[in-house]
Amino acid sequence: MLQQTKSKKGTFLALILTAALLVLTIVLENTLDPNTNIMLFTTLKKGAVYALVAVSMNLLNGFTGLFSLGQAGFMLLGAYTYAILTIPVADRASVYYIYNGSAVNFSLPDLFGGADTVPGLILGVLIALILAGCVAAAVAWLIGLPVLRLKSDYLAIATLGFGEIVRAIFQWDALGPVTNGANALKNFPTFSSFNITNESGQVVLRLSTFVAFLIAAVCIAIIVMLINSSYGRAFKAIREDEIAAEAMGINLAKHKRLSFCISSFFAGVGGAMFAMFANQAQAKTFTTAMTYEILLIVVIGGIGSVSGSCIASFLYVAASEWWLRFLDAETTIGTFKVPFLRNGFRMVVFSIIIMIVVLFFRRGLMGDKELFDLFRARRKKKEAAK
Amino acid sequence: MSENILRMEDVTMQFGGVVAVNNLSLEVNQGEIVALIGPNGAGKTTAFNCITGVYEPTNGRVSFQGEAMVENYPQGKMAKSYAGENQGKYTQKLAPTPDAITRRGIARTFQNIRLFSALSVFDNVLIAKHMRAKQNFLSATFRLNKAEEKRMREESMALLEEQGLAHLKDEVAGSLPYGLQRRLEIARALATSPKLLLLDEPAAGMNPQETQELTDFIKQIRKEYDLTVFMIEHHMDLVMQISDRIYVLDFGRLIAQGTPAEVQSNQRVIDAYLGVADDAEN
Repeated sequence: MLQQTKSKKGTFLALILTAALLVLTIVLENTLDPNTNIMLFTTLKKGAVYALVAVSMNLLNGFTGLFSLGQAGFMLLGAYTYAILTIPVADRASVYYIYNGSAVNFSLPDLFGGADTVPGLILGVLIALILAGCVAAAVAWLIGLPVLRLKSDYLAIATLGFGEIVRAIFQWDALGPVTNGANALKNFPTFSSFNITNESGQVVLRLSTFVAFLIAAVCIAIIVMLINSSYGRAFKAIREDEIAAEAMGINLAKHKRLSFCISSFFAGVGGAMFAMFANQAQAKTFTTAMTYEILLIVVIGGIGSVSGSCIASFLYVAASEWWLRFLDAETTIGTFKVPFLRNGFRMVVFSIIIMIVVLFFRRGLMGDKELFDLFRARRKKKEAAK
Repeated sequence: MSENILRMEDVTMQFGGVVAVNNLSLEVNQGEIVALIGPNGAGKTTAFNCITGVYEPTNGRVSFQGEAMVENYPQGKMAKSYAGENQGKYTQKLAPTPDAITRRGIARTFQNIRLFSALSVFDNVLIAKHMRAKQNFLSATFRLNKAEEKRMREESMALLEEQGLAHLKDEVAGSLPYGLQRRLEIARALATSPKLLLLDEPAAGMNPQETQELTDFIKQIRKEYDLTVFMIEHHMDLVMQISDRIYVLDFGRLIAQGTPAEVQSNQRVIDAYLGVADDAEN
């Protein structure tokens, strides 16, 4: 019973921390000028999106022990589902101008009164996000039938192939009226649509970062609750020892499929959020390189640690997008031209940093511990010292 | 209900050209402790794997509580290369997965301990309760069935207390000493509420004192949980002390069966496995 009070305390702390973080995003966004702090808010939004996708990948790779590399493919499915369902009917002709209009002639926000109204925006986006996840999960279920019979590296290769195939299919010209071929889908509600404006169009309250954080936080909370439930324990049992898990009455096929579908669901939601972040959805952005980025976040954060994935996601995005930007610009101090600094040098330094991190934190920043485990361990040490 | 809880009929397991278990027939009666002994490579663990669904036997039938549970006959290529007996006697294929067999009430431990070694002692036992949980993943995620979760935790805790492992519940399973890991593996098997417990060399690597403790422990759990125990073991003191009956396997074939006294005096068993008493003692 001690266990339960402990976990209750942890849940409570996590809730407070999340609430504080959400309030902080509102305060930050409304006190700092977003035009001079573009990089900060880009990092925060992209970090939130990547955190969700990394946690969803961690559910599969870290908690169930299935090494899958299909994340970008499922994100693509989510992004396109979201975009296709939410582009306002009025804008469809201009977005799909090559194909003379879209084959899908309804828009979820329009059904609830249009993306300019509060119910239209919130309900439309919410339902589209859920459907984006459902489409990804349904496809995951289908490809899981053959693919989940494979193990370790072979599963990784098969899912990697899936990601490539999806990307090729969505760029296929024949599907143009639905997917807009190789062109981007745009004009759908983004994070910025949630900023509250007054009648003259001036922004009164900025909520774009808050919305990104809120959606990611709710999704991650659901994943954490799943991990801490009976099913999460079954997933961990499969990771630890498949034969023993089976001998304990855990149906391997069913639980692997479940984990795969849930992970893909949230990857789909993450993909939709990525579209909201990028203001467009285009198949060519969801490359294998994106999957590797997310895998890198999972590994750096610690395989099997949700808080590790979240922390690593923000660090990764900040380092790759923001903190190291100066390395790409040719700089002269006085008359001295700083050597090496030129376009592309950022990625060299970035790669070296990652190598160093992996060398010194073999099991990632957090290992398989959570943030609260560290506090608990420290408190225990203090008590022991007394 | 028939008296025998487990019945193997003509079970043959052939890997390529090797017949690992050859025409094995045996019965385990309700409430008994039965041992399966034999030299290394005799096919004891393979026989266990045929019962628990890890392998599909090539030919033969395994019945549990009077009902055919696993059954197979040589098919395809195997129909031609089959080297065992009784081909054609069995005509249906029943191949449940190991988890389905556990759900019917057969639990097992492994020769080389297979705990969930990175998880806590408590979680190891709690995972075994998942099988009988009624909640689906949504109700489990959103905590809609708190009563069931609470019951699972309480039952696991009670089991750990009964097995004297309660004070270790937050320890990482892999960090326990060897003897306790064995004991935890048995506790975890008990958590699936089995009717029949299969123990694969439970005393392997144990010293005489630990073996004696294990002997008492097996007797005790049989009584407390109304279990039938079928075990593979090499420690003859343990086997002779607690078994009601013994089956002896050599090169995949049954060479003897009977009470401990009968088996001990059987010349074939002495030749194949037990050997003669040490000359030094004479």
